Amino acid sequence: MGKRVLVTGLGTFWGGRVAQALEQDPDVETIVGLDTREPSVELRRTEFVRTDENYSILARIVRATEVDTIVHTFLVLDSSTASGRQMNETNVIGTMNLLAAAGSAGSTVRNVVVKSATLVYGSSIEDPVWFKEETPRSNPPKLRVEQSVIETEGYLRDFAEDNPHVVVSLLRFSNVLGTEITTSISKCLQLPVVPSVLGFDPRFQFVHESDVIRSILYVMDHQLPGVFNVAGDGLLPWSEVAAMCGKRTVPLPPVGIGVLGQMVRRFGIDLPPELLVLLRYGRGVDNRRLTRSGFRYHYTSAGTVQSFNEAVRLRRTVGEGEPDYIYERDVENFFRHSPAVVKDS
Amino acid sequence: MAPDPPGDIPRLTPTRRPVPDADHPAEAERRARARMGELVPMPRPANLVGLPSPNDGAEGALADKRLSDVDEWGRSERWRELTRRLYDPLYRHWFRAEWEGLDNIPSDGGALLVANHAGAIPSDAPVIMHGIETELGRPCYGLADHLFKSMPVVGTAWSRVGGVVAHPDNAYRLLREQRQLTLVFPEGTKGPSKRFDERYRLRRFGRGGFVEIAMRAGVPVVPIAVVGAEESMPILHNFSALAKVIGVPYVPLTANMVAFGPVLGPLGAAIYFPAKFKLRVLEPVHFDVAPDQPRYSKSRVMEEAEGIRQQIQEALYDMLRKRQSVWFG
Repeated sequence: MGKRVLVTGLGTFWGGRVAQALEQDPDVETIVGLDTREPSVELRRTEFVRTDENYSILARIVRATEVDTIVHTFLVLDSSTASGRQMNETNVIGTMNLLAAAGSAGSTVRNVVVKSATLVYGSSIEDPVWFKEETPRSNPPKLRVEQSVIETEGYLRDFAEDNPHVVVSLLRFSNVLGTEITTSISKCLQLPVVPSVLGFDPRFQFVHESDVIRSILYVMDHQLPGVFNVAGDGLLPWSEVAAMCGKRTVPLPPVGIGVLGQMVRRFGIDLPPELLVLLRYGRGVDNRRLTRSGFRYHYTSAGTVQSFNEAVRLRRTVGEGEPDYIYERDVENFFRHSPAVVKDS
Repeated sequence: MAPDPPGDIPRLTPTRRPVPDADHPAEAERRARARMGELVPMPRPANLVGLPSPNDGAEGALADKRLSDVDEWGRSERWRELTRRLYDPLYRHWFRAEWEGLDNIPSDGGALLVANHAGAIPSDAPVIMHGIETELGRPCYGLADHLFKSMPVVGTAWSRVGGVVAHPDNAYRLLREQRQLTLVFPEGTKGPSKRFDERYRLRRFGRGGFVEIAMRAGVPVVPIAVVGAEESMPILHNFSALAKVIGVPYVPLTANMVAFGPVLGPLGAAIYFPAKFKLRVLEPVHFDVAPDQPRYSKSRVMEEAEGIRQQIQEALYDMLRKRQSVWFG
């Protein structure tokens, strides 16, 4: 019998990509995707359920579909994409309800994979150059997004302790760039000049979006329990990142930068507080626990920036390419369930 | 959690090697190039040729196209080269640094260099790092307080020339995995903040953390005694209340401010007196313990740390006994 997988955040970039990748895997029998929004990418056999973070619905879905694996990609890890309240609802409340459903009596869930971020390590002057999975933060979190993700990870740790029969994998991803994804950093790097902080040139680490998807599938396939940093090899000074993208940096004053960040937001430039602190001190994480388990990255930090920049160049010349996929419920239902559709056996 | 055993890292016992004869034409040329800022390694003895360099990529590493040469620690060899070129006259003609026992520094493999620390703006760190890089042709990283990192421009420049935040993880990676020479001042800010009347009397060596790091990394500690730094920028008075208010370790009044301030203004505070520098490298201290243990006996660690402190203290007294002049050595 194949795997039965539940993917949260199907409408987001990550949920959609993970579901697409899972569809390629013949060992995966069923894919159920949850989100409040419709999927933004074309899916062939994933079943989409529109739902919120409500516990009773989640518990019913988990029971009814008898899923054995949950891939939780639906954490808000960039504070410019949601209000503080919304972030809290999604991350903390959403995860709590999801895990409660997964741990309820009679649950068939045996594997939980969660996509978190290296921002849980923070970024400060006392930091080591490389954080290991067990390295503690240098000081308590001040930023709301950090607090929210740390709290979420706490619930996951409790869940793992209470359910020793479930393989729980927590993946912490560093800054993601790639050919398609849009993040605060990718937007920064596409501005005419790239913001930096006067007198600072911190080192950044990147992971490629394809390595993100591959690592999620990898820990699922190999049933690897525990925490894993996922980040490309090497660190790059921010000035070099900008130079690789053919841009100059424009230094912002080190004092009062938070206010400035709020001001430029009116002009559509997102400089969330977690990026501003990164522009001062940077962050590196040790990715060797995952590579020791056999995973191979396709991109280094520098390779990731290069791939991103090549995609930007291509888009600049040929535009956005094919029009975005639009979800039509009737069409999707027809293809999935109509007896008129001839299916490959 | 216990650190994973680094299986792919070859264990090497550091090899000692005599410093080549300065009169040999090849060595003379090497030194001339080193003086121009280049990092020219000394010729390798035959039994060491072909060993992997610490910066060789691991197996299966992906090749990178890079635009700068800034490494993971923030150090740039280009910056270093420029600094060496600018600093060399100061090293050679101002401080006239003179080394003794350089062959005690291993020419391969990691080693933790430990020295006494002095001078309001410590002049010993650049002298040691510059000296080792020009005389031995090996890069030297300096561990220092994280306070540097919070300062704009200074923090970036500091890391480009080889400064690294003194964090145990950083030290371990530098020493064990990359087998580099790493310099640390166990006195911390207590060394440079002491007044002139307390010169050459070593402060407490922290909590012996440096010994524990060397044990874990499986490298020797190489003690270095430095004479000259104390006189290059003596502290007459410390404004401790002010330091507390600003949140910095110390705010000194230096003799340099008094001497040069009236003529040069604030710039005078940054000009050293031309004290003669003498550096004596002592025998490496090897610890007969297994590396990579999660914990080491605290009493053993403190004992070793105190032993190393006393060795440096003894060497300092000996060097001071033989010194005839602060300015001419």
